[in-house]
Amino acid sequence: MIRVKLPVHLRTLAQVDGEVKLDVAGQPTQRAVLDALEARYPMLCGTIRDHVTQERRAYVRFFACGEDVSFDPPDTPLPEQVASGAEPFMVIGAIAGG
Amino acid sequence: MSGVRVLVGTRKGSFILSADGTRNKWDVSGPNFAGWEMYHLKGSSVDPNRIFASQSSSWFGQIIQRSDDGGKTWFQPGTPPGEPTKTPDGMPMGESNKFVYDTSAETGKPLTTHQWYDGTPKPWEFKRVWHLEPSLTDPDTVYAGVEDAALFRSTDGGQSWHELAGLRGHGTGASWMPGAGGMCLHTILLDPADANRMFIAISAAGAFRTDDGGQTWKPVNHGLRSEYIPDPTAEVGHCVHRIAMHPSRPNVLFMQKHWDVMRTDDAGENWREISGNLPTDFGFPIDVHAHEPDTIYVVPIKSDSEHFPPDGKLRVYRSRTGGDEWEELTKGLPQRDCYVNILRDAMDVDSIDPCGVYFGTSGGQVYVSPDGGDNWSAIVHDLPPVVSVEVQTLP
Repeated sequence: MIRVKLPVHLRTLAQVDGEVKLDVAGQPTQRAVLDALEARYPMLCGTIRDHVTQERRAYVRFFACGEDVSFDPPDTPLPEQVASGAEPFMVIGAIAGG
Repeated sequence: MSGVRVLVGTRKGSFILSADGTRNKWDVSGPNFAGWEMYHLKGSSVDPNRIFASQSSSWFGQIIQRSDDGGKTWFQPGTPPGEPTKTPDGMPMGESNKFVYDTSAETGKPLTTHQWYDGTPKPWEFKRVWHLEPSLTDPDTVYAGVEDAALFRSTDGGQSWHELAGLRGHGTGASWMPGAGGMCLHTILLDPADANRMFIAISAAGAFRTDDGGQTWKPVNHGLRSEYIPDPTAEVGHCVHRIAMHPSRPNVLFMQKHWDVMRTDDAGENWREISGNLPTDFGFPIDVHAHEPDTIYVVPIKSDSEHFPPDGKLRVYRSRTGGDEWEELTKGLPQRDCYVNILRDAMDVDSIDPCGVYFGTSGGQVYVSPDGGDNWSAIVHDLPPVVSVEVQTLP
């Protein structure tokens, strides 16, 4: 079970409160988690990654265990604490605009 | 008695203002989509309860929302007819936020480039939907004008979007350049007399027309003169802010350009200036009276760069002669210390008699004149900055 924390606007869009819990087959990676997230919440397609390039949107960051993993290759395994559900995979909107 | 529903898009959500035909007492609902930029909302003339909305964010991109009950509830279209509208977990389906430029071999136009501000070529990059224009005949068909400038169409109620690539690929696209607000396709006018004809406008490229339903396009900018570009009479490169049409006379168009108010009587083949006695011919919106095709409205704004009313006086100007001769309309509008702007999509009219005129400001006011511009009052004073105003006249 992977725990995903979403920023408030995406929680509103997906109509969820609190964390999202996802089953991800195999070794959890950024790509696998986001694929599972978008499959369950299709309305989030394009809001975190570009529809076409699948690249992270410019003002979105990914954190795991307190570390910025935004620039890790998308198929890099996520930390064991995230894979085990002990820690969440965090999707964060950049603090821009004051 | 008929009524009106005013759809207001703001920088921080959308609002719906409703009144009966007297337009005296208003009900305000919202915000919907709080915190998101709502560039535009517009209802279908075929089914007024069907409203399309553009919801966007620099963080999370573009979402298309649709209401089928006049704005009471909203959903992201994305479910094929006959399919369940929820996922097995009970979540609403939605895939309507996918705008992908056409690079198919069939069009012969792989992704090309336009000019960046510094003159270097830049590949098209989708940012947001500026304007939604529902079809005049089919409630499932709607057009979207987007930034970077392109025209998309949905024929399934906003579920999927396909570019009308002939516009971007017709030949001048490589020389288009963004205006200060981005390179946006902000105006879409459908000809009620000819289903194959439509007009669009792009900042800062100009006006374009199709006569074959959007397959092929041509610039229609002859007569425009823009001293701020290297060739003031170039075929493209003009910063058109808005174009308006009266449905009874679709070959006559009125344009508010970056500077100059213009008119064409031949569907854009030739334009002439009608700025006349305006205190400044800069501005953003322009609109036409619902029952008098030669009565037009503009809101002169001081520029370059200031973008607020001259002398701190908010004045709408009306011409009853199709241009050239203008009268200032001030009753009920602030005549001192007013420094708001009125954006290009933030003015509209209803079709009640007498015609109501509406506009929204960057200060969060939405004004109405229920008598064609003679008297004004604020429906609301303190909304977030208003981006768009669309009015539905209800039976």
